[in-house]
Amino acid sequence: MSENRPLIEVKDLKEYFNINTGMFRSKPLKAVDGVSFAIKKGETLGLVGESGCGKTTVGRTLLHLYKPTGGEIRYNGKLIKTNADIKEFRKKATMVFQDPYSSLNPRMTVSDIIGEPLDVHKLVKGKKERQERILELMGYVGLNSEHAARYAHEFSGGQRQRIGIARSLAVNPDFIVCDEPVSALDVSIQAQVINMFDELQEKLGLTYLFIAHDLLVVRHISDRIAVMYLGRMVELAPAAEIYDRPLHPYSKSLLSAVPVPDPKVARANKRIVLTGDIPSPLNAPSGCPFRTRCQYACDKCAESMPPFEEVSTGHFVACHCLAEIN
Amino acid sequence: MALLEVKNLQTSFFTDAGEVKAVNDVSFTLDRGKVLGIVGESGSGKSVTAYSIMQILAGTGKIIGGSVKLDGQELVGAGEKVMKTVRGNKISIIFQDPMTSLNPTYTIGRQLMEAIMLHTNRNKKQAYERAVEMLRLVNINEPEKRMKQYPFEHSGGMRQRVMIAMALACEPDILIADEPTTALDVTIQAQILELMGTLQEELGMAIIMITHDLGVVAQMCDEVVVMYAGSICEQGTADEIFYNPKHEYTKGLMRSIPTADTAGKKLKPITGTPIDLLNMPKGCPFAPRCDNAMKICISHCAERMQINEDHAAACWMNVKAGLDSGEIVIDEEGGDSHE
Repeated sequence: MSENRPLIEVKDLKEYFNINTGMFRSKPLKAVDGVSFAIKKGETLGLVGESGCGKTTVGRTLLHLYKPTGGEIRYNGKLIKTNADIKEFRKKATMVFQDPYSSLNPRMTVSDIIGEPLDVHKLVKGKKERQERILELMGYVGLNSEHAARYAHEFSGGQRQRIGIARSLAVNPDFIVCDEPVSALDVSIQAQVINMFDELQEKLGLTYLFIAHDLLVVRHISDRIAVMYLGRMVELAPAAEIYDRPLHPYSKSLLSAVPVPDPKVARANKRIVLTGDIPSPLNAPSGCPFRTRCQYACDKCAESMPPFEEVSTGHFVACHCLAEIN
Repeated sequence: MALLEVKNLQTSFFTDAGEVKAVNDVSFTLDRGKVLGIVGESGSGKSVTAYSIMQILAGTGKIIGGSVKLDGQELVGAGEKVMKTVRGNKISIIFQDPMTSLNPTYTIGRQLMEAIMLHTNRNKKQAYERAVEMLRLVNINEPEKRMKQYPFEHSGGMRQRVMIAMALACEPDILIADEPTTALDVTIQAQILELMGTLQEELGMAIIMITHDLGVVAQMCDEVVVMYAGSICEQGTADEIFYNPKHEYTKGLMRSIPTADTAGKKLKPITGTPIDLLNMPKGCPFAPRCDNAMKICISHCAERMQINEDHAAACWMNVKAGLDSGEIVIDEEGGDSHE
């Protein structure tokens, strides 16, 4: 395998859900509509956007938790298509879910929760090896052996998220989709879990797709950041660049809307406040999805979807009016 | 005179497992037209403080001590009759979750008009006009059409606007906002915060902003109260709290937030997990998680100490710093005094 080949390659990924709009009638809801990106080994790609923009769906479709409507997913260059491919792929790619309260089975002990992937993929032989592996995994995430026999409800949110992370590490994955893993946690616990993601990445050489709406967290953890709006990717760039020099009008307003924990900066901050709400993906606007809330929108934006183009090295934007705006 | 004066407020929940001291000796004042932020993690007692002021505690909760004075009038023990004239008229509250705080079976208009007719002596027609006017005030397009719609026909941001319209309809002196933007997206959060800021200036009301988001505090608040495990650990002006924190917990919180400077580096989080309010330690509640905890922290809780005229904190580290620098000398009776 060449060094430069990305670990995960997604090309023109589409995920449509059929929504009943009346008796015998349905309409496709385009949750993800032609998203392409690649993630290199050991890299963290942050995925941000408002609720309903399709970021979680990208993560889930990527792992074939939803069957993709269209597009290609490649792992290490190999196309994931058949059920056998998917099963193999899931040994290498796992997920950490947002809600540590509903993503753990309340009737299973911690050791069973963490051990389940080992059983499913038949990764251990015998009870002793299984138990050893479970304890090793618990050690990775800072849980004690005495926690193994307890149930999820006996733990706080932060500890539950640790259990969820240990479960996702059980199959020895290369790639983890982290779907808002810290948004349900308090600030002090959030920082502990973020550090843990950092440490695990260094220790185990993991690659992350880090989905979050907290832009401060994403900036901290990501190497590159992708911004989504209504099922499309509107901008993708290295983390520092997108914060210092966002090009798409949506990225600009999203970043300016982040409350900065510094009173002097916050008072001086000129926020670009967007008017209105995100349109329903069932009635997405023609052309550029952002045009209904964009102050720079022109006729061209209504006619066609702007192409997702590289404007400088590694910096991709989809906007017709880049020249006028910047 | 301060508009709202909370003094030594104590609220407990009497559960089967024992007494939970959710609010423990909390004191602060709020002046007319100011924005006070109450920050803390879940379980720190910030919401219960607000509910105690409004006296809308759940069944097992009870105010067991202290006083809440509104414009000089004592509210603790004043009775339901007085509280009914306070709630909605003088103090209003908006809750965190705009999805569940509106009744799904009534139209927006009916709910708004109900609140207006209950608190003022407007008739139905006047209440309707007032409701439309309020919706316009919170930047809702086509208010007449919206009046006839149900909550499910509105997005989260719209519903929170409706809640704000309802809370402000009777021109309260104080608006308590309990995590008003936590359930919303950042761009919508920016809209709501901006709206609250302009309305606060226009109407001259005071706001108590309860939040766990220090970014929201930095943007909105004049003064800040930091709570941990039911007690105030630090309070002061926003600038003092952010640029000169004097309690180990506040310092830890500030270090926990990722910023531009922390990218690629490790955060320095507070270790451990929040305390169990049923098993409170004898000394400082933060001592078990504090890196700099000293012997005295474990045995004695620090009293509130004035750092300067805009700033107070309850942390022994300040005494230690004072002793080290010679600012505080211990007199012969063993007490300490500032020079």
